[in-house]
Amino acid sequence: MTLDNRQFWLAAAAAVVVIFALSRLVANEFFFFAAYFVLQYIVIATAWNILGGYAGYVNFGTAGFFALGAYSTVVLNKLYGAPMPILILVGGVLSGAVGLAMGYLTLRLRGVFFAIATLALAIVLQTLITNWDFVGGSRGVPIVRPAGVPLIGSYIHYLFLVMLILAAASIAVARMIERSRLGYGLAAIRDDELAAEAAGVPTLRLKLIATTISGALMGMAGAPAPFYVTYVEPASTFSLAFAVNAIAMPLIGGTSRWLGPLLGALFLATVQQVATVTISSALNLLLVGVLLVLFVIVAPNGILGLIDRPPWRKARR
Amino acid sequence: MPLELLINALVSGLLLAGLYAAVSVGISISFGMLDIANLAHPAFVILGSFVAYVANDSLGIDPIVTGIVALPVFFALGAAIYQIYYWSFERRGEEGFRGLAFFFGLLFITEVALILGFGVDYRSVTASYIGPSIRLGYVGIPLRMLVPFVVALLLIGALHWFLTHSFMGRAIQAVSQDREALRLMAVDPVRVKRIAFALAIATTSVGGALLIVIQPVEPSIGREYIGRLFAICVLGGMGSFPGMLVAAMILGVVESVTATFFSPSWAPAVAFGFLLLTLAVRPSGIFGR
Repeated sequence: MTLDNRQFWLAAAAAVVVIFALSRLVANEFFFFAAYFVLQYIVIATAWNILGGYAGYVNFGTAGFFALGAYSTVVLNKLYGAPMPILILVGGVLSGAVGLAMGYLTLRLRGVFFAIATLALAIVLQTLITNWDFVGGSRGVPIVRPAGVPLIGSYIHYLFLVMLILAAASIAVARMIERSRLGYGLAAIRDDELAAEAAGVPTLRLKLIATTISGALMGMAGAPAPFYVTYVEPASTFSLAFAVNAIAMPLIGGTSRWLGPLLGALFLATVQQVATVTISSALNLLLVGVLLVLFVIVAPNGILGLIDRPPWRKARR
Repeated sequence: MPLELLINALVSGLLLAGLYAAVSVGISISFGMLDIANLAHPAFVILGSFVAYVANDSLGIDPIVTGIVALPVFFALGAAIYQIYYWSFERRGEEGFRGLAFFFGLLFITEVALILGFGVDYRSVTASYIGPSIRLGYVGIPLRMLVPFVVALLLIGALHWFLTHSFMGRAIQAVSQDREALRLMAVDPVRVKRIAFALAIATTSVGGALLIVIQPVEPSIGREYIGRLFAICVLGGMGSFPGMLVAAMILGVVESVTATFFSPSWAPAVAFGFLLLTLAVRPSGIFGR
């Protein structure tokens, strides 16, 4: 059974309603903190995969886009105290615009230069924020988390709902792209950019669109983050852990379909939450790095690849 | 007074350029000549720093001596990494996308492992040349900058001689241009690339030792060097040693002047800004072919 786009959006909306309704049965507040973490990574991994998985362009600057969203919230919150949907919108527009600008500068070059440039972008942004006193500089800035939201309950329940909607929406967007002219064009770029160009695929334009959407989603994932962590400072907001997870999750799940980043994020983010509670947070980062390298070497098509073609079945020749 | 400051900043920038060139020379070989985007290179530099630190802290050995003694170990490490890289990615023609993720994973693993082993404190070494400085007029030249500068030039000179005068060196230069031609000369391109990559990683042993002589080191500063190394490599025209030296000088001087007249906290943005600018305006570098 294949759903068309409208049906898939409805299914995603239904999933949001069902999951949120079920979560009402959970009394433990920690569940919502852990679930928010997992959902945030579903958005980030899905966003990364739109450019990385579909077009084959590696983005190491996830932390930069995420932090742009987070810091736009810090600024807006300090100036006006804007409501959450506005914060998410602004974070998304800002990160998308930066993605577009950077893509415009570097996407004409070979993919590896784009990858290095994204890493550079994250560090330039971090330096700018570290030297900007209005948002707390290197010391950081505390954010007051509102007590609660009417009808929904405590604020972490609200944050959970917000991120749940974002996750469902980003998956629906990714699936829509997958089945559109844009998605087929990106796949052609991934397989052979020169041939795609020769066949009349407007490669630069498609790559720019993908970079913008991907960056915007990362920024949207970052916009609610200040209320989640309640203290925003550059070192942890620009943490390399975002970049590593953003790459590891799609690669471990499988980059070819929207299901891949979802599986990878569910798996890796849950493992990290469990490991943080039971072992230590430094060790669980090591785990992510090791899993990333292992999967890239041993199972290059991720979990999806293992499902599609189990290793015990002989490779087709 | 400002002139005095400027001249001092220029001199220390040039001395810093020696270090930058020493840590970039490996990238110039692996990325510039072999086309392997080894993002983990700076992590190995930091590893080299920590090897020098441990030997200095527990046995009191001079860091630069440690760097030279450890060369074969780093060479072997580099050969092993290339072998994994070759078998997993290059052979399947997947070096672009998954190869990048592989090296990024290696970078992350090395950094986290060092944090687990040594914590996030800054470590430094002691040696006779750390502390005193020579004064020429109003220009002060600290020996802790001058000694690494000289060692760096010797390292690059030796590598340059090897690459231009030995058979293996010429084969390394050839492998990036025409693998098949090399095969016709009865040279195994994979073996040539393995040796070249091992050589690139070996330089991080000395580079790391020089780094910890110049400044205290903690595991995550490797990240700042990613931008510097690739900026120097790209700006210098990918694999050209003279270009790399000039690019290192430009970056060293600009960073040093920025640190003197603004604040050292802006220095990382300078390197990465340079890189972005180079990629946007002239991706073939100043000495590009």
